[in-house]
Amino acid sequence: MAAWSDGRIIEKDQPTASTVRLRLHVDDRPHHLPGQHYILRLRAPDGYTAQRSYSLASDSDDPLLELLIERQPDGEVSEFLADVAEVGDVLELRGPIGRWFVWDTRSRVLCLVGGTGVVPAVAMARTARRLGRTDLLRVAAMGRTRDELAYAAELERYGATFAFTRDDVDGRPAGPFTAEELTPLLEGVDLGYVCGSARFASYAEELLLACGLDAGAIRVERFGPTGD
Amino acid sequence: MPVTRGFHRRRPEPERGRLPPGQYDTGASWPVLSAEATPQQPAESWTFSVDGLVESPHTWSWQQLHAFPGSTFFGDIHCVTTWSKFDMTFSGVSVDDLLEVARPTSEAAFVLAHSVTGYTTNLPLADVTGGKAWVVWSVDGKPLPRQHGGPLRLLVPHLYFWKSAKWVSRLELMTEDRPGFWEQNGYHDRGDPWREQRYQGDD
Repeated sequence: MAAWSDGRIIEKDQPTASTVRLRLHVDDRPHHLPGQHYILRLRAPDGYTAQRSYSLASDSDDPLLELLIERQPDGEVSEFLADVAEVGDVLELRGPIGRWFVWDTRSRVLCLVGGTGVVPAVAMARTARRLGRTDLLRVAAMGRTRDELAYAAELERYGATFAFTRDDVDGRPAGPFTAEELTPLLEGVDLGYVCGSARFASYAEELLLACGLDAGAIRVERFGPTGD
Repeated sequence: MPVTRGFHRRRPEPERGRLPPGQYDTGASWPVLSAEATPQQPAESWTFSVDGLVESPHTWSWQQLHAFPGSTFFGDIHCVTTWSKFDMTFSGVSVDDLLEVARPTSEAAFVLAHSVTGYTTNLPLADVTGGKAWVVWSVDGKPLPRQHGGPLRLLVPHLYFWKSAKWVSRLELMTEDRPGFWEQNGYHDRGDPWREQRYQGDD
């Protein structure tokens, strides 16, 4: 497992109102698989540290590491990254981590992702595109509105299918994905990857099972509190 | 290690010695993390087995588990994703009570906990004996919710919480250590939060 290394912020922007995107340079960075994450650690003058895990949006061939951070209410780390961190700052990073929620670039998969859970699907899509294997990877992404969904434009270019729960878009009424919408996307699929909040993940698991995907073929990455 | 420009502690300093290194107090929230679909098998048909290197392999029904003298843990839990949650109360049966019935052989040195999902996690036998581990079905006086591993979860609170297998159905006793699910996927074989044993190769 990799040791801690320094990552310098090269680019910073705000793709949506509640997210910040950081692109960082790390010297001699190891290869990573799409779906893996990094740990980011902040250190205060009194020695106090705070660390959080963030999925990578970047493909391994990208010269920089790309992370998307969702601003959490009173989030000690996320608010620092959104409001204080600047291009040129150095943060401690450790990774890549995780060998389960990764795409092996050979299996036929569907990513069913919600909110900032799109991030690993973005990494997988970028890798599929680089390898010329976009036929293997489908993406179904869900958000409240198009404006609130990070990477919506990029995923649209990739050919992703969308559901917006608060927006009528192109004649599709607002609402979560239905089994009718998802079933054709599951044709020939070996694995389903679910990423999102705990609430989204529960919904997505049930939907994939209802569409006939085997429980053993579902990989889940959840984050955040339960909300109840 | 360098100080991060402009970063200061914002959370109140916790009671001295209560948070393992690199952890934060998640307060009232209890994050949910799992790698697989949540199983829907009803509690009443749940069983729990102890087998492998034991004199007397046993399978207990849901009712039989509840017939053991109850045992309660009160304290803190620590997740490898860096949150800790203080003052949790879990109730169920002590693993010691189950092993007393199954009687591990002298060669038994490790356990592999199995979940109905196929999830596994490995632990030294010494980490689940001597009042350190439970099989629990309630939290804070209420049935353990599905998303938190209900109806039945292993509880090994002195190790990172992935060792506390959700939806647990079996303890297999073994002579040699055999990596479980996360352990095969890059995580530490023991997972002591006080030594910050998060990943393979730590410590």
